[in-house]
Amino acid sequence: MSKLNDRSGDIGEYIPAPDDDMIICRCEEITKGEIRRAVHDGMRTMTEVRRFLRAGMGLCQGQTCSRLMQGLIARELGVRPSELEPATSRAPMRPVEMYILGDEKEGGVSND
Amino acid sequence: MTNTADVIIVGGGIIGNATAYNLARKGVSVIVLESSDYIGNGGSSRNGGGVRQSGRDKRELPIAMWGIQTIWPGLSEELGVDCEYYQKGNLRLGKTQRHLNILQQLTNSAKQCGLGVEMIGGDEAREICPSLSEEIIGASWCPTDGHANPMVTTLAFYRKARQLGVRFFSGARVTEVKKLRGKAQAVITDEGECFEGSVIILAAGYGSRAIANTVGLDIPMVQQIDEVLVTEAQPPMFWQMLGTADADFYGHQTSHGSFVFGGASGLETYLESTEGVPPTNSMTASAICRGIMGYFPALRDAKIIRTWSGWLDICADKVPVISPVEEVPGLILACGFSGHGFGIGPAVGKLLSQLAVGEQPEIDLHELRYDRFRANK
Repeated sequence: MSKLNDRSGDIGEYIPAPDDDMIICRCEEITKGEIRRAVHDGMRTMTEVRRFLRAGMGLCQGQTCSRLMQGLIARELGVRPSELEPATSRAPMRPVEMYILGDEKEGGVSND
Repeated sequence: MTNTADVIIVGGGIIGNATAYNLARKGVSVIVLESSDYIGNGGSSRNGGGVRQSGRDKRELPIAMWGIQTIWPGLSEELGVDCEYYQKGNLRLGKTQRHLNILQQLTNSAKQCGLGVEMIGGDEAREICPSLSEEIIGASWCPTDGHANPMVTTLAFYRKARQLGVRFFSGARVTEVKKLRGKAQAVITDEGECFEGSVIILAAGYGSRAIANTVGLDIPMVQQIDEVLVTEAQPPMFWQMLGTADADFYGHQTSHGSFVFGGASGLETYLESTEGVPPTNSMTASAICRGIMGYFPALRDAKIIRTWSGWLDICADKVPVISPVEEVPGLILACGFSGHGFGIGPAVGKLLSQLAVGEQPEIDLHELRYDRFRANK
């Protein structure tokens, strides 16, 4: 699984782009420029960009923007998108209210 | 480039990154080796974000107090990244007389160490945090405690350390410490890669144990899983760090609006360790939700959007080992943080940097020595 990765590798300077203010993660309102800059700040994986910016960590949990993010990060690193590990998906599949998730009753949701 | 530096740090979590940053500021060359593919992938990015003094053992309390007085207030500015640090106090809540007894005991011992913490009644607690349930009859209150974003803080140290020239390797799974004439000299990875330094710091969580074993040292610790969940963003409700006497959940609201709560189902002790992504259990998030709703009924409609978990490295006496090793000069241990390492991480990083260059650490660490463990029978 893990392969030795020297993170000192030079990926060049961050060069501002005219469309850097385009929103990529709609849930958390994270822009293309923020994601590109994070890569130059050392975030070399989907997971790190998510943790650093909350991109892809909102209501849809990256179901909308993951592919876009993957493409952006890969381009900044000069690798193919398929070379980037996808970020971990976690339960719940869809947002669930606390009173439902915390319900102890057998057979489903109570209606109170 | 050679695989040699003045200091080799094994472990790319908050401890490793904060130490690397402080060493780089002193002009020391550093290599950090992270076993997973991601920086800060252990407890550092999986915890509840507490920056607490209250509730801590008196052996590590001085580090927590020093960090909160001297490092945390200026950390975001120092690192150039907003670490979302809030110093709005910690409430530890109780609903029964038994709870209050636990809280009173914790409060007494913290007071002896000079910490400003007091017992307050239920109404006083609701004045500080109006959304608390009427069932709460008392709490301990430490106004100088707080919380921060652990993922961002860890990566902010990483970012700054990189800018200062620290070299980072991920996927570097260290398996062994090599000695030369009795002195720690190098570490070897599972791919046979060798990294040499005159000081080696082991800050690899539970993983430190097997690595230290290769030079004949054993730190008594066990791994235990802890789960955390996050809600969708909510209107601002409170800025305190919260815990309970029974420790059934803990957490805070972030500046972003989401609530981050950690907790347990009670069966964690019996789960077997696994490799890779730490699993979540189908029972635990529900148990945490019940805990939260018992103290914050208003949160019943808040939606959970993600759950996750992480392994704690729990030391036999629940405080870390932060100590040079006498039998192996050049080797320094920093592990066994027992689930409360994040809040003291920045302070421990500074103290380790002082140890690594042979300075007297600013806070006395002798109670956290590696050889303190004795048979108790």
